[in-house]
Amino acid sequence: MPSFSRIRAIAEKEVFHILRDSRTLVIIFLMPLLQLIIFGYAMNMEIRQVPLLVDDLAMNSSSRALVDAFVNTDYFQLVPKEAGTLQPDELFRERRAQASLSIPKDFGASEHRVLLRIDASDPNSAQMIQNYALGIVNSTGIQTDAGIDLRAQILYNPDLKSSFFFVPGLIALILVMVCALLTSISISREKEMGTMEQILVSPVSATEILFGKVIPYLVLGLLDALIILAVGMLLFQVPFRGDFSVFLLFTFLYVLTSLCLGLLVSTVAKTQQAAMMMALGMTLLPTLLLSGYMFPISSMPVILQKLTYIIPASYYLQIIRGIMLKGNNIAQLYQAGLSLLGMSVLMLIVAARRFKLRLS
Amino acid sequence: MIHTSHLVKQFGSFKAVDEINLEIGRGEIFGFLGANGAGKTTTIRMLCGLLKPSSGEIRIDNLDIIKHSEQIKHKLGYMSQKFSLYPDLKAIENLQFYAGIYRVSFEPALKRLEPILEQFGLSSILKTLTQDLPMGYKQRLSLVAALMHDPPLVFLDEPTSGVDPQARREFWQVINDLAQSGKTIIVSTHFMDEAEYCHRVIIMQDGREVALGNPAELKQEYGSANMQELFLKVLGVSDAKL
Ligand SMILES: Nc1ncnc2c1ncn2[C@@H]1O[C@H](COP(=O)(O)OP(=O)(O)OP(=O)(O)O)[C@@H](O)[C@H]1O
Ligand SMILES: [Mg+2]
Repeated sequence: MPSFSRIRAIAEKEVFHILRDSRTLVIIFLMPLLQLIIFGYAMNMEIRQVPLLVDDLAMNSSSRALVDAFVNTDYFQLVPKEAGTLQPDELFRERRAQASLSIPKDFGASEHRVLLRIDASDPNSAQMIQNYALGIVNSTGIQTDAGIDLRAQILYNPDLKSSFFFVPGLIALILVMVCALLTSISISREKEMGTMEQILVSPVSATEILFGKVIPYLVLGLLDALIILAVGMLLFQVPFRGDFSVFLLFTFLYVLTSLCLGLLVSTVAKTQQAAMMMALGMTLLPTLLLSGYMFPISSMPVILQKLTYIIPASYYLQIIRGIMLKGNNIAQLYQAGLSLLGMSVLMLIVAARRFKLRLS
Repeated sequence: MIHTSHLVKQFGSFKAVDEINLEIGRGEIFGFLGANGAGKTTTIRMLCGLLKPSSGEIRIDNLDIIKHSEQIKHKLGYMSQKFSLYPDLKAIENLQFYAGIYRVSFEPALKRLEPILEQFGLSSILKTLTQDLPMGYKQRLSLVAALMHDPPLVFLDEPTSGVDPQARREFWQVINDLAQSGKTIIVSTHFMDEAEYCHRVIIMQDGREVALGNPAELKQEYGSANMQELFLKVLGVSDAKL
């Protein structure tokens, strides 16, 4: 039976380390903020200021209204006039324009068709540019003949803001990395410094050591989640439509899972450096690639889809996107939550069994 | 108190400890002597349950160390060769931690250890961060930490390395007092003069016992004037590197 007082002794000592060791504080606070800002701006896939070449042969009030409608958004900017002598194809090749809008001579009178040509060398951007353009054209009330049904309905993120997707994803990514690092480093550091030897000689059990290590970092991990959430919302204007207590509850489970992953790493890694490499290796790429963060799980090959079941972030992404974007409640998320809880318990048991109470 | 028979520790094909048989009684100060790599630390680690013997038997208070490890762990205090208190904890916080993991109340334990704290001059530095203490103080603090739960059996692996002679003498004074109070002390050292403080010593070489007995009797047996000379004679070298 684990002794509460021993767990408390270990946890208290851990708190002193956290408060006095600047490296831990860096991992906990600085690293997440830097990641959020760097990843955040690097992965921002929103379309802004697309260079648009306008070829206006009508030059009447209707055509000017249409061009203004494009320019007045943040999405498009006009390619300067002098470039207009070049052919659109050339401008596309030189990357000076990403879209061109041709307005025929009698636009607004006998003619209602405009031609929008889009550089689709980046199909994702092209898709978004098309959606934006159609949206703009639509809102001016002018008929188009682009041959595309304009009534594409985009839920939850009507502006197709990519920040809505990457900020929740970043919370998932950063949390799992930081938490796995914290516990794995904390234990491997004791092995490296030799202080673990003093603990092992005492009657402390593996379970007590693991609990003592997890509890303080559970609080820290939650604190970290709040900071990332707040900064993410401030910097990238992501909404939070769900209930805050639901967020806390499920984030608690995710932090626990991530910390337990770190414990598992520490049963293998003998040095801090090995622990760091393993913790990052087990979290960074799998989370980026297999959680549904970058690629939708439904479009993965079946084998990879199966693999996503063991990636904690794949559950948390459902949870955090559900809470922030859709306002999901507990009933809609409990399955993902139970999966996280199950993973935590499993990893804790495996870690406790693997944890060696002797030197090797 | 401690009984070992045919104790062997093998790392791969290398025998770090080879057929060590010991019988150590209560209240005894028992010393491990030997050059670097002789197997002192490895033996001590096996005796306190940190390493599993490759073969042979260890019994402490007549309990098998593997089968009754939980029970035995309560009885022993250990100060490892490498300084291993937490540098970023205050001295008193380190002591609190050891009291905590042995589940003893801190205040009474501190009260009980007050004479030693005074003797060591530690009372006034309890609020200091451990990393800011001089080496001598760190080692004394390690000893006190190992005594928090009042263990009848204390293992000290080179407790006085890197400490000046005056501090070493004080350290040994405390060790002597502890033995006098009935504790069994197992100590390893590189300093031959310290061997004189031991009731009995084992001299090890390449994991094996080369001499075992009371320092005075050993000196007589080998016709050596002092421990240093005895040591060199026993090891069969003229210029042993210690
Ligand atoms: N975990 C290990 N794996 C492999 N070899 C080891 C291990 N631990 C110790 N050894 C080897 O066993 C031998 C005995 O080491 P040990 O630490 O017991 O010596 P020692 O007498 O304590 O030496 P010192 O005076 O330097 O502390 C050495 O050759 C050492 O390299
Ligand atoms: Mg040694």
